Amino acid sequence: MRARLLGAVATLAVLIGFVVVYFIFILEEAPPAVSAVVNGSTAEVTLQTVASYGRHPYPDWVSYLARDPSGKWQHSTIIHVPAGTQVVHVTLYEYDTSTGLRNPFFAYVRGTVGGTMSVNGAPVSYVNAASPAHTFTMPDLNVNVPLPGVNANAKNQCSVAPCNTSEAHNTITFSFRTPKPGNYRFQCIVPCALGFLYGFGGPMQTIGYMDGMIEVS
Amino acid sequence: MSTQSARAGEPNHARNFAILWAVATAIMVPVMIWVIGPHIPPGDMTNDTRAQHDVNVVLSTLAMPVLMMVWTFLAYAIVNFRAGRSEAIADGPPLRGGPRIQLTWIAVTAFMVVGLAAYGTIDLLTAAGHSGVGSGEGPNPLAKPASAGKALQVQVIGQQWFWSFRYPAYGGVETPTLEIPVNTDVEFHVTSLDVVHSFWAIELGVKADAVPGADNTAFVTAYRKGSFQIRCNELCGLWHGHMNSTGHVVSGPAFTQWIAAQETKYAPVTKQLPPYSTSYYPIPTRNG
Amino acid sequence: MESASVPVSPGKTAAPRLARLVGFNVVSATILAIVAYILGHKLGAVVGHHTTWNTASDQDDMAIFFGMGFAILGWMAGLGFFNYPLGRILGRSISLHEGVEEGSAWRYMRLCTDHKVVALQYLVATLFFFFVAGLNAMFIRSELTSVHGTLFPAGNYLTLVGLHGTMMLMMMSAGVIGPLGNYLVPILIGTRRMAFPRIESLTMWLTVLAGFVLLSATLLGGFPTGWTGYAPLSDEARAGIDAYLVSFLLIGLSLVLVGLNIITTVMTQRAPGMTWNRLPIVVWGFVTTSILAVLSAPVLAAALVMTASDRTIDTTFFVSSSGGSPLLWDELFWFFGHPEVYILALPGFGIVLEILPVFARKPLWGYKLAVSGLFGVALMSFMVWQHHLFMSGINANLRPFYMFTTELISIPTGFIFLNGMGTMWKAKIRFTVPMLFCMAFFFNFLFGGLSGVFLSDVPSDTLTHGSFFVMAHFHYTIMGGLVFALMGGIYYWLPKMTGFRLNEALAKVHFWTMFIFFNLTFFPLFAAGMLGMPRRVSSYNAALHNLNVFVSAMAFCLGLSMLIFLYNLVYSLVFKRERAEANPWQAKSLEWQLPSPVPVYNFERLPTITSDPYNYGEPDAPPVADFGRARVAMGEAGA
Repeated sequence: MRARLLGAVATLAVLIGFVVVYFIFILEEAPPAVSAVVNGSTAEVTLQTVASYGRHPYPDWVSYLARDPSGKWQHSTIIHVPAGTQVVHVTLYEYDTSTGLRNPFFAYVRGTVGGTMSVNGAPVSYVNAASPAHTFTMPDLNVNVPLPGVNANAKNQCSVAPCNTSEAHNTITFSFRTPKPGNYRFQCIVPCALGFLYGFGGPMQTIGYMDGMIEVS
Repeated sequence: MSTQSARAGEPNHARNFAILWAVATAIMVPVMIWVIGPHIPPGDMTNDTRAQHDVNVVLSTLAMPVLMMVWTFLAYAIVNFRAGRSEAIADGPPLRGGPRIQLTWIAVTAFMVVGLAAYGTIDLLTAAGHSGVGSGEGPNPLAKPASAGKALQVQVIGQQWFWSFRYPAYGGVETPTLEIPVNTDVEFHVTSLDVVHSFWAIELGVKADAVPGADNTAFVTAYRKGSFQIRCNELCGLWHGHMNSTGHVVSGPAFTQWIAAQETKYAPVTKQLPPYSTSYYPIPTRNG
Repeated sequence: MESASVPVSPGKTAAPRLARLVGFNVVSATILAIVAYILGHKLGAVVGHHTTWNTASDQDDMAIFFGMGFAILGWMAGLGFFNYPLGRILGRSISLHEGVEEGSAWRYMRLCTDHKVVALQYLVATLFFFFVAGLNAMFIRSELTSVHGTLFPAGNYLTLVGLHGTMMLMMMSAGVIGPLGNYLVPILIGTRRMAFPRIESLTMWLTVLAGFVLLSATLLGGFPTGWTGYAPLSDEARAGIDAYLVSFLLIGLSLVLVGLNIITTVMTQRAPGMTWNRLPIVVWGFVTTSILAVLSAPVLAAALVMTASDRTIDTTFFVSSSGGSPLLWDELFWFFGHPEVYILALPGFGIVLEILPVFARKPLWGYKLAVSGLFGVALMSFMVWQHHLFMSGINANLRPFYMFTTELISIPTGFIFLNGMGTMWKAKIRFTVPMLFCMAFFFNFLFGGLSGVFLSDVPSDTLTHGSFFVMAHFHYTIMGGLVFALMGGIYYWLPKMTGFRLNEALAKVHFWTMFIFFNLTFFPLFAAGMLGMPRRVSSYNAALHNLNVFVSAMAFCLGLSMLIFLYNLVYSLVFKRERAEANPWQAKSLEWQLPSPVPVYNFERLPTITSDPYNYGEPDAPPVADFGRARVAMGEAGA
């Protein structure tokens, strides 16, 4: 009788352990949130896009990285913006080479303050459809910013994240109005996932690489 | 069952059951038609939704006698056909089947089913002005309204994970939001650039799968101005549940103004778009 | 999960226990499978290394498929399935019996050719995976308590949805013909074993492997396609979908083998006197299910292999820009998919019609009608599959035809209702727990069937296709129908299978909570679908928030009711162990004339069948079988 009770309790413990591991460690796994730096009524967000992440488990995947308030680059695409700000100002360092858009419609800058983005200092409202390496697209807010890629022949290209500004890059800045509190997804819409069908598998479908969330609260 | 002479003192179960069933049906059918019916989705914004609403009311009403039959039977059996409380287990009467009842049942169900199929076919092909009730009919629609081909053509492009819309009659301009004029026949051509999506304009009553390399045609005419939800209805990857948009039905002049503004705004990009076609083959197939 | 602690009979020393552990059993199978996976993975990486996209994608599907293929072989070898063929090739004489020693609990952990042991193994396995999939459902409902779903990252939520659906469908396909089919078919037709006992055990162990392979998808990045695996999303997806493909392939193979086994057994091994007219209706249910399984599963296997080849050797079956078509997957999948849902439904019909006469104390009303209903449904299920594709842009000329055939299939389905009502007419109903489940079956399946009529009507389908209305429809038919029938069957037959009684009070609490909360969970979903909530989304219209919170609350209560069931099983079978009598339900069918639990060789002497099992209320009716003057079967001990 006691043997049976012990056996039943042991089995129960194993099953509960399985549930805990399954639930907490595997399914809930998400990159940590990175906070924006608040500058008056502007939330400053600094991002970079790289050609290959360079680390386990997917060293060859393209990826976004976000800079946390202490200046360190985090492998995360969950960005927290305080609700009290009026405008989100994004500075994005683009280290990857061009792939080109599948749908040239996304070559047009939409939803930003002033309707433009600044590429290496010059204001731009649309690009050539073959030039973006990635885009920063937030469909819920109708924001779309194509990110022109680095020339394929450029010297000193970055190969492993996190990249620094001494390597070949484009600096793109844009702003959009802080939306109401909530979660707003962003994604890349260039088919940049090498090795996957239509370039849209792998990193393009994984949060932390080419997909993320802006959480306003 | 009912014509076998009942044992003396035993109630006429067949007659009692039939009465209960008739009464229940007589109550529920009008309730369905007049009380619940008007609230059944999808509303009356377009010719398609009105036709879908009518079909739903008809089917719900026809379901009432069937539902009531089984429910009254179960209730009747639970009350009247219980075993006694005695310890000894008594057997029921050895009824193995009645050919007449079986044949009647088969005939009635067959008649209902064939009737429903005929009704469904006729409705699909002729209702809502032969619009196909808003369903995606593929590249060669069977139910075509009179204005097919001459209606306002709107191409719905599904891509992971965003809907965009092209208006071939307006220079092939591509817009991120959908607006259609009221009281105008609209012909949707739904396609996809990558995986299978499904264009569901809920209050418009239009549902058509977006299959890459294919053209799915659906027709609608909106009778009221307002907005409608657009949702992706076929699992298409990570942000499938977030592939939402809001469309608007606006007045004719407002639409003309809007589309002209879109043409001006997106002119630099429209130049770069491929020429309008009912399907697009995105290349390359596999990068790397 | 079987409790591993079993009292060891006195006299057994430690050495034989170790020998048993190291022998051919599930432990050695697991170890061999893991080792084989590693070897196969390395080999596959070598075979596939020239494909340039593997380096770019950091995902070696070829290696994964090779690894899984080797793991399957390692699993089978570890359990001892190759012993007989290899032994015969080497000229040894090998017994056809494996592990049939009476009284040893270790035979549940290995290849055993006793069909009753296989059935119980099946029961434990399917119930385990049923609960895992149910846990996934609880996670899904947790996510849906908030409008924009923030509990799980979006990709993991889709994996949860896919795991819930795939695991439930995979496991429930084998969930009734596995446990109850394998147990009942030989006993009810009066024979000692199935036609292919070793294959029977193989199907069980492949099902277990398939379940764990599917769970491994979580470790490979999950899969985003749901159980329907639509292309080309399946071609685009991460490595988790390889686990989905392999596990579904295993289940497909398992279904074909189970089907062939049951059909062959029923056709060739019926006892003398068991004419087709006397065959119990539950066996007819299993036979029709088997026909469906044998004919439809190979089509699925083909489609899965095509996806696998798209993902590894760069074929483009489903890639439209290179001449393929996503609709090809849709057609192949649903050609299997529709018979698949009848593989789920038909055993439920059989069980309910078998149990009803016992507790109504009346013969089954309309036996021939019931059999024709089962066959009608089975045959017609091959002619309706395009109704899943009404909105997909298929040739518009096809839709009225498939609308017609889909409406038509409700005629044979309706026969089951007539049989049920006829059996209950003027009956003397005893409201035992199995009977309650059977009556609830009719209540639930009615909603499922009627909503199916809505869905078969194309104009109505335009609103409801792909929405929560469809979800409610198939949960009412599969859960409200099959799972309720399965629960009824378990409560009815478990005393015979294990020899122990289940606690009646707990069973009644389980029934009422399950019935009430099941209906409260799924009925509102009809409305949610019609009001515009698509399937598989974690983000829905804010207007549907309250409805979703209510449904989630009811779903959690439904989950609790299933825990009551689990508690009853563990308490009654592991702790209380109250002996059941041979015939607690006073039934007249063949299995209840045997002791509980049924001895290893089923019958001391093979019976001669003298009547069908439904002659309640008939005075001077013969018993179902004559055990005395039967002919002794050829090679009785070794049969």
